[in-house]
Amino acid sequence: MEILQTVMEQGLIYGILAVGVYITYRILNLADLSVDGTFPLGAAVTAAWLVSKGGNPIVACLLALIAGGLAGLVTGLLHVGLKINSLLSGILVMMGLYSVNIRVMDNSANVPLNSANIIFPRYGKSEIRILIVLAFALLVKLGIDLFLKTKRGFILRAVGDNEQLVTSLAVNKNSVKVLGLVIANALVALSGSIFAQSQGYSDAGMGTGMVVTGLAAVIIGETILKISTMIWGKLSFIKATTAVFLGAVLYQGAIALAMRIGMVQSDLKLVTAIIVALALSLNGVSFKKLNLKSLVGGDNSASNKKSA
Amino acid sequence: MLQIRNLHKTFNAGSINEKVVFDGLDLDVEKGQFITIIGSNGAGKSTLLNVISGLIQSDYGTIKLDGVDISTMPEYKRSRNIGRVFQDPSAGVAPNMTILENMSMAYNKGNPFNLTWGISRKNISYFKDLLAEVNLGLENKLYNKVGILSGGQRQALSLIMAVMSKPKLLLLDEHTAALDPKTSETINEITGKIVSEFNMTTLMVTHNMNHAIKMGNRLFMMDQGKIILDVQGEQKKNLTVNKLLSHFESLNSNSSLSDRVLFA
Repeated sequence: MEILQTVMEQGLIYGILAVGVYITYRILNLADLSVDGTFPLGAAVTAAWLVSKGGNPIVACLLALIAGGLAGLVTGLLHVGLKINSLLSGILVMMGLYSVNIRVMDNSANVPLNSANIIFPRYGKSEIRILIVLAFALLVKLGIDLFLKTKRGFILRAVGDNEQLVTSLAVNKNSVKVLGLVIANALVALSGSIFAQSQGYSDAGMGTGMVVTGLAAVIIGETILKISTMIWGKLSFIKATTAVFLGAVLYQGAIALAMRIGMVQSDLKLVTAIIVALALSLNGVSFKKLNLKSLVGGDNSASNKKSA
Repeated sequence: MLQIRNLHKTFNAGSINEKVVFDGLDLDVEKGQFITIIGSNGAGKSTLLNVISGLIQSDYGTIKLDGVDISTMPEYKRSRNIGRVFQDPSAGVAPNMTILENMSMAYNKGNPFNLTWGISRKNISYFKDLLAEVNLGLENKLYNKVGILSGGQRQALSLIMAVMSKPKLLLLDEHTAALDPKTSETINEITGKIVSEFNMTTLMVTHNMNHAIKMGNRLFMMDQGKIILDVQGEQKKNLTVNKLLSHFESLNSNSSLSDRVLFA
């Protein structure tokens, strides 16, 4: 039971990060690696605000949101302004942020939040913790869902779908991409802020592999959506953002399971990398094509018939 | 309406692959003219449209649209007054968005894309009317993703999307070339209908001489970056494929002659 609660709580926190990754990777069609730096940035800003300033935890979340958005702005400007490859822009920002994060945490790589005022109650039932995280998750989900229905949201989707169309619509595609990176990294940093408050510390190294974690959630979520569509038909009430949160929770479940069967924390990055590599390679294959016919050469005999 | 003066464009300048496309091209298009453009490969037809739209920047010269110099404007700013349909049926639409979403964006062109709802219910019946006119059954597919449409259907949608914000100029770059002959005819019919209905000033590049003769009210033949034939009015109406072909051949014999002289 306790494990389930931990899985839910962490899954939903990572879900916020995964929505950010979904925006860059799926909607903008960009691989943004600055995520590995903006996640701990959110945590660092939170730690600095809560510990040295003794500030309000909700304000800490907002500050993380803003800091992440600014970092996304830098990635975006490097990419569209200086025409640096998007992958490289992300890596540069990620690396630069490592130094920034340590500076923000007053030259230490790890800050405990033991006595700080946080969004979670120090004592009491753990269900309340889940409800708090759920509230943040819902806010993010509904906010993004609504945004994607606005004119700006339409253009954001269009720029990942067909850049030329956006230009034809008399909109500067570069500013749209920057906006997407700002929103995505703001969400990632928010996720980092909540994560730090949930774990009780902020660590400069906690961002490693966060892009991949987010990707895993996105892909698992999409796969579930695909399978459920095959079984029950199109379920229009399940939005992509819901699927992403579902994917994040399931991914945390899988991690918990792996720990149960004797893996140690440090093994998990490799396991995740392998799972994501497999999932990405399978992603282009539609499930309908995975039938037995293709395995026994049914396609060949079919084409022979045609030519005969 | 559209005025081009002393246009210069050279690709790969200074390198061994240098290609001079335009060397002082002048061009005047009057409001309401529908110009078809033919010419051999490399004559500069597509480059002309790309330079006008801003996809390619010219090296030198001025391009004025309705009195405004647009020669140094970025492509997206020129797009406000220019509608465009490309050869690739996927280039004018967002395949992962629905027809309704695509049209809503196109209808909003020229206005800010802000945080108001992307779809406005009151426009739906207008969109349906527009789609019904092209007679491809698109009006019943408003909520389908554009990705499932055929090439012809996408091109018809692209055309509607290109004109629905009433731009000053419409550029069609071999927009039926990637379609099968029958669909190509259909899209040409639709093109004629839409251009006349919206009274569009239009430049249409085509490889099909029949289309070039039949459609529009003015015709350019281009060769080596120059407009070598410009017919309109009665003269255009009396044009036949044979007459055009003989023009083409006279060109070819000239160039092969010069080649022969060169190698002799």
